[in-house]
Amino acid sequence: MYPPRFDYVAPTTVDEVLAVLAERGDEAKVLAGGQSLIPMMKLRFTFPELLVDVNGLPGLDAIDDADGHLRVGALVRHNDVVASDVVSRTNHTMAAAAPWISDPLVRNLGTVCGSVAHADPLGDWASVMLACGADVVARSQAGERVIPMADFISGPFTTALEPTELVTEVRVPKYAGRGGGTYLKLERKVGDYATVGVATHLDLDGGGAITNAGIALTSVAPNNIKAVEAEQALVGESPSDALFAEAAELAAGAAEPKDDVRGSAEYKRNVVRVFTRRGLTTALEHAQG
Amino acid sequence: MNVTVTVNGVERSGDVEPRTLLVHFLRTTLELTGTHVGCDTSNCGACTVLLDGMPVKSCTLFAVQADGRSITTVEGLKQDGQLDPIQQGFKEMHGLQCGFCTPAMMLVSKALLERNPDPSEDDIRWELSGNLCRCTGYVNIVKAIQWAAKEGATA
Repeated sequence: MYPPRFDYVAPTTVDEVLAVLAERGDEAKVLAGGQSLIPMMKLRFTFPELLVDVNGLPGLDAIDDADGHLRVGALVRHNDVVASDVVSRTNHTMAAAAPWISDPLVRNLGTVCGSVAHADPLGDWASVMLACGADVVARSQAGERVIPMADFISGPFTTALEPTELVTEVRVPKYAGRGGGTYLKLERKVGDYATVGVATHLDLDGGGAITNAGIALTSVAPNNIKAVEAEQALVGESPSDALFAEAAELAAGAAEPKDDVRGSAEYKRNVVRVFTRRGLTTALEHAQG
Repeated sequence: MNVTVTVNGVERSGDVEPRTLLVHFLRTTLELTGTHVGCDTSNCGACTVLLDGMPVKSCTLFAVQADGRSITTVEGLKQDGQLDPIQQGFKEMHGLQCGFCTPAMMLVSKALLERNPDPSEDDIRWELSGNLCRCTGYVNIVKAIQWAAKEGATA
C-alpha cells in the first residue's frame, strides 16, 4: 500500500519551512513523526500534494524548562517524554500519558506537537494539554501566535492553525505551587485508541485549597473536551472525597459517549466518572507529596 | 530522488519516488526480503527495522526520510558467520513458529538488550508490545530473549 504521488521537500531552517508554507500551504502537510499522517495517506484519507519534512530542523527536539513553562519542541517524540527527567519531576499528567501513547515503535517516531496539530478526536495528548492549560505556539511569515489549547481544536482533525503556520512548540505551564495530575487511559490492547481517557490537573495554594483545576476527556465526544463545570466545582474548594465525587459526576455529565466496538455509552460514561474521581485523588497525592 | 543509506554496515543507494516506503525500498530495490510487510497499516510491527539503532516501523516511514541514516535489518544480525545471541536464543528456545514476525521480534529484542542487558520479563513484554505474533507464541519469544540476555552476556 502506498499513497498517491506528492512532492517532497526537507528544509533545514524554520524560515525555509515558512516560505514553503506561505507559497503552498493549502496543498501541503507538515511531516514530523508521520505516525498518523503516513497511515492516513496510505489509506487515502488524505492526499497532500506536498510534504514538508521538518525532521531536519535544528533546535526543536528539546523539552526546555523556561519561564514557568515546559516548552515541548515540534520534534520531541513520545519516547523523549517517557525518558524526560524534567517531565517526570514537574508534570505528572504528561509523565503518566506518555507511556500509553500507541506502542513502543510509534513512540520512537511520533511527536507530541504533531499529535496535537493532527487533532485526531481520539488522540491522548490534546486531553493532557487541555487539562494542563497549555498553549500551542505557531509561526508563519507573519509572525508568532500563541493559541490557548482550549481555542485550538475546532473539530475532528480541525484546528485553528492556518495553512501557512508551523507548530513550533507546545508550552505547558508548570505548577504554580504544589500541583499534581495524571492521565488514566482504558484501552483494549496496546496501540488501540482509548476506550476512555481522562486527564487531570490540580494546583493547590499554601493552605491546601484548589486554585486551578483541569479535567479533559478523550474518546467520549466529537473532540477532546474540557469538563468545564467539573473544573469550576473544584476551584476555591478544599479537596475531599465528596468534592471529587461531585466533580466526577459533572465530568460524566459533560461526556457525550457513543455505543461502539469499544463499549456502550453507559459503560464509557461510568468509566469517565470512575477515572475522574481516581485521577483527582492521584493528582492530590502528587500535590501533597 | 536518490536515497543513500547504510544498510547493515554497507552503503546502498537507489532512485525512489518520495512516496516509496522504506520497507519497499529495502525489499524491492535492495532485495533484502527479510523485512516483512504484515498489516501495512502500522498495527503489527512485522516491518520493524532499526533506524540508527532505534526500532521503527518501516511501512510508516518514507525511504527519503532515511537518507543518510543507518539501517539494520534481520540480514545484519549474523556477524562473521556467527548467529547473534538473539538469533541463537530464538533457535534454542523455540522462539518462532511460522516465523513471519521473527525478524521484527529479534530486532526489537536486539535494541532492548543494547539498552538494557538484563531486562525483567515485564521489561521484555513492554518492549515487545508493538509487535504481534499471529501464532501467539509470546511465551517462547520471551524465553528466547531471556536466553540471549543470559548467554549473550557470558558469550
